Amino acid sequence: MECVGLCDVVLNLGVRNQELARFLASLIGVLLVSGVPLLTVIILILAERKIAARIQDRIGPNRVGPYGLLQTVADLLKLLGKEDITPTAADRILYNAAPIISFGSVVLLWAVIPFMYWNTPEGAANAVVGVNLEIGALFFVAIASLGTLAIMTAGWASNNKYALLGAFRVVALLVSYEIPLVFALVVPVMFAGSMSLVDIVEAQSHMWFVFMAPLAAILFFISSQAETGRAPFDLIEAESELIAGFNIEYSGMKFGMFFAAEFLHVFTNGILMAVLFFGGYLGFFYKAIPPLGFLWLGLKGSLIYFVFLWLRNTVPRLRIDQVMNFNWFFLVPVSIINIMVTSLILKVMQEMGYAPTVFAESSLIGILPLTIVMLLKDAIIIGFILGRLGQEGRKARIEATHAEESLAAAAAGD
Amino acid sequence: MGDASFSLIVAFTVFGILTLGGALGVILNRNLFRGTIWLMISLFGVAGHFVLLSAPFLAAVQVLVYIGAIAILFTFAVMLTRSLTQITDRFTRLWWNLGGAIVLFVVLVGAVIWPVWGGFTPGDDILFANVMSTTDLGIALVDRGSDLRQGFVLPFEVASLLLTAAMIGAIVIAREADDEEKGKRG
Amino acid sequence: MSVLNEWAFVGVFLLLAPIFPILPMGAAWLFRPSKPNVIKNQTYECGVETIGDTWVQFRVQYYIYGLVFLVFDVEMVLLFPWAVAYNQLDLFAFGAGFLFIFLLADALIYAWKKDVLVWK
Repeated sequence: MECVGLCDVVLNLGVRNQELARFLASLIGVLLVSGVPLLTVIILILAERKIAARIQDRIGPNRVGPYGLLQTVADLLKLLGKEDITPTAADRILYNAAPIISFGSVVLLWAVIPFMYWNTPEGAANAVVGVNLEIGALFFVAIASLGTLAIMTAGWASNNKYALLGAFRVVALLVSYEIPLVFALVVPVMFAGSMSLVDIVEAQSHMWFVFMAPLAAILFFISSQAETGRAPFDLIEAESELIAGFNIEYSGMKFGMFFAAEFLHVFTNGILMAVLFFGGYLGFFYKAIPPLGFLWLGLKGSLIYFVFLWLRNTVPRLRIDQVMNFNWFFLVPVSIINIMVTSLILKVMQEMGYAPTVFAESSLIGILPLTIVMLLKDAIIIGFILGRLGQEGRKARIEATHAEESLAAAAAGD
Repeated sequence: MGDASFSLIVAFTVFGILTLGGALGVILNRNLFRGTIWLMISLFGVAGHFVLLSAPFLAAVQVLVYIGAIAILFTFAVMLTRSLTQITDRFTRLWWNLGGAIVLFVVLVGAVIWPVWGGFTPGDDILFANVMSTTDLGIALVDRGSDLRQGFVLPFEVASLLLTAAMIGAIVIAREADDEEKGKRG
Repeated sequence: MSVLNEWAFVGVFLLLAPIFPILPMGAAWLFRPSKPNVIKNQTYECGVETIGDTWVQFRVQYYIYGLVFLVFDVEMVLLFPWAVAYNQLDLFAFGAGFLFIFLLADALIYAWKKDVLVWK
């Protein structure tokens, strides 16, 4: 039984029992890996508030500490002192379990994210990563679906009509948007020939997947925005319609956990998108100075996170029927067509010898023809879609004008 | 196996308790939603067993499909029924059902254990001899099959047809239910 | 066996993950005031006492979405091994996967034509 990496270090520290050493190594590893999201979430809450404020032409928190840097700490202390009201009618066990599942599942997602390059001995993961699972991408989707269950549980356990209605709508939305999300995820998996996130990053060492599959990246971006329940898909917190949605009965730290889970989920999606489409830790000197890779990953993730926020603070909320129809009549068909066309072109080009079969072992020149063809294909599809949308919009506008005219005529006739 | 057997046994016990405890929870409580949660705990235990059997892909599928989709579907179905969330009637003929359940349980357990009785000892390395990577799985899934290896392309396509048929059937039934509901209201 | 080593890490993570939210919640439990009363603990709906059972009957629409999602979920799961092995497949095997997607796209078109996916 091999004992590599951290386990070896622990063994050398004087722990005799190998099994104990392995357990301790896992424990330390988990604490290290989960430390990243737990620390970032504190910064995220401030960043989100500051950015939202700037977009809305406000200053944002600026009283606590220099530039309001300690605002989150103050919020945390305030939340600690908040009374926690559990409604008598609630189902106590499930009511308390829901925020735990919600936050825990988001932290768990970080287990498979590769942080930086590391030259390790034969057979081990070539990166600093919690665990390089063979099914990493699928693990991510599976654990993320636990969050859906948490929302459902919260809504049901609150025993509140608005909470239940909000939970039902949100869950219907979340499961619907999971389809284009996963279909978009299939594309990088297909390119890399592996579900391991480390392999996916390595396969991008010559060309980021965003250049080869921009459409998949856009689909993934839109559906992850919906998965986190952010505007324009923020039916989760439709204050005017559902008072607050599934978390209406939650207060104090339990509400805080839902809140933190949402913020962290957005950033996690940004990081995941960086890993899947923007080359993860790849960047200048990522091999020579591995910590630089960590910086690249953080930078890319933060940039995508910023676009998430930007979108959230710019567009208005959609109605539930618009959201659902957008998914079923637009995203799902487009994502299916995208997979079919992409797989067809890739196979044809591989058979003709214009495309490599193992991307990581190819070169920039070897991968260039495929990139150009893929880019063209996506440009054509996107152009076609935009054309159709323009037509539909024009038709709707003409109809609206006609309706107005006939109304005006009717009014004049009276 | 050597020194890993202890943690394996611990893990196996924990997952076993989750699976069986969850299953007991499903049948012993009278609230359908809580029953769904118990069922998910039970299925999560099964996912753990898949991992212990070195089939992580199946474990992820178990979590994704059962906890991610079936649980949601069950809750929607529970909420479709009017007042079944709070069942208070006691079932009649309880003893008769219990007897039937025990007989069925014994038969099923026997059917599982009989073919492999004495074939292996717990913690045997044979369990981990044929670990299949997802790539192999994918190749086998769409392979015609030859003398050397098994191919599953026909079942794969049949599965696709089955899924299509399931969806069409579900839509037809659900539409009927929807029409009935509307008829009642109107 | 190395597969199990990896998953041991996931197992430890799974044990620790709930502790992260439990810690602040536990701390809040220590510090916060707790003065519940009957009025405060009522269900918060719209100012007046809540009427009837919360767990009311929902529309069949949700169930249809759930079903369609389940079908696609199973499809996605079967598609992943195909995508992983994609680079090593010959044309026949590729076509098998292609047909698989095509058949399910059919199901989507059927659902589309029958108008069940429209939120009403």
